[in-house]
Amino acid sequence: MTSAEKYVTAAYLVVLAVVLAYVVIYAFKLSRLEREVTELAELARRKKEGVGEAEPEREEVVG
Amino acid sequence: MTYLADVGTLARKDLLLELRARDTVPAMLLFVVSTLVVFNFALPAGASAEAAYGLLWGALVFTAILGLTRAFAAEREQRVLDGLVLAPCDRSAIWFGKGIAVVAFLALAEVVALPAFALFFEPVSWELVAAVALASVGFAAVGTLLAAMAAASRARELLLPLLFLPLVIPIVVGGVGASIGDDPGRYLGFLALYDLIFAILSWASFEYVVTE
Amino acid sequence: MSTSLRNNRAVALAAVAAALLLLGISLAFYWVPNAPIEGFRQRIFYVHVPIALTAYACFFWAAWKALRLLWTREQRYDLESYTAVHMGVIFGVLTLVTGSIWARTSWGVWWTWSERQLVLFLVLFLFYSAYFMLRYSVEPGPRRANMSAVYALFGVVLIPVSFLAIRLAEGLIHPVVFDRDVGSNLSGSQLLTFLVCFAGMLALAGSLYVNELTGKRLDARLAELREALQ
Repeated sequence: MTSAEKYVTAAYLVVLAVVLAYVVIYAFKLSRLEREVTELAELARRKKEGVGEAEPEREEVVG
Repeated sequence: MTYLADVGTLARKDLLLELRARDTVPAMLLFVVSTLVVFNFALPAGASAEAAYGLLWGALVFTAILGLTRAFAAEREQRVLDGLVLAPCDRSAIWFGKGIAVVAFLALAEVVALPAFALFFEPVSWELVAAVALASVGFAAVGTLLAAMAAASRARELLLPLLFLPLVIPIVVGGVGASIGDDPGRYLGFLALYDLIFAILSWASFEYVVTE
Repeated sequence: MSTSLRNNRAVALAAVAAALLLLGISLAFYWVPNAPIEGFRQRIFYVHVPIALTAYACFFWAAWKALRLLWTREQRYDLESYTAVHMGVIFGVLTLVTGSIWARTSWGVWWTWSERQLVLFLVLFLFYSAYFMLRYSVEPGPRRANMSAVYALFGVVLIPVSFLAIRLAEGLIHPVVFDRDVGSNLSGSQLLTFLVCFAGMLALAGSLYVNELTGKRLDARLAELREALQ
């Protein structure tokens, strides 16, 4: 490869590299979002179950 | 008419405060002269006259930053800015009044800086004085708006230079060009254009910077 | 817009971007002939200039969204403006890097002040980086949205003013040592290759923008959900 060809290819490869890096960073972000959704789903489930137990709990605290 | 009266009141308030407190302007004066002295040691022996003019503009930019950092300091400390914003005046009058005060402070600093420069380095032409005057208006116009932004942030003094420096690069170009170029008129015209564009933009958008 | 319709558009945009870029890069490497004077190295033009123009487009898009925010006070424009600025900075950095490589292969230096576009992008990079500093140091909310919007508008005004300044600075600051005959007379094949690459880059920016915006919106809604549950 001539020197000119090397530089031209490097320029295009840099663009590819940045876009791929973006994809990787985005993958991290998506896995974090997934974790949050699981957490929140858990929270929601617990809250739903907690509603049934709320009444007796409150009486204990007041008494 | 009340708009201009408001602007006048606000400008007078800032000028009177400075007259009594006397903290910003003396600091700016001392800073600009110290910077010029530092630049003397920063310039190697064979440096051209042009380099000195370039450094003068550097000194002016940093002195402007120093003055602007203090611009909303008083309001921030006394929580006055919220009160001003609630006042029944056009918010842009705050920018206008504060801007006038900043120009006044800069002018005072330049009245000392330019003779000092002429003494230490190179002669000062009328074109240079005109350029410095136009540049001061530009510094004040964008600087007042940016100082209001920085005042609302956690980073405060750190943020203002970061916001300010890229925006004033054209002013530096205009100023240096008027100082050393063959055709200073062109650069002075450019400075006037910059002032016009950014003053209007800052005046129109100040309201949004200080309200929700 | 319903979510499924929005998703379909996002997928379509990504597919279009992929197709256009593949075609464009193929044209740039295999089809278009060598430039008469510059030779092979001129082909960087097909990646550097489309990226630069796309960066400008992103900044203008951000300013438009900023204007919409200030006009209507609808907070959703804040995220849109922010994402557009982010895209603009990414493409701006790419402009600087590809431009630097081009300078290296043309003139042997990694940087030169006589290349107007490079200098302009450096100034814009500094300006829009400060945009992020501004956002990080102010509490989230309508106030921050307003300030970011005003700053984005300043940026777009700065573009022509800076360009003028850089042109005025030319004889003054540095002698114009290096010159390049770019885009003045594009032959038919060169123009076609350029246009395909340009369209591809715009589509790529649009695709990344849509994805990132969805991610940010999701973030915001999850935060709301968390608030509601706790």
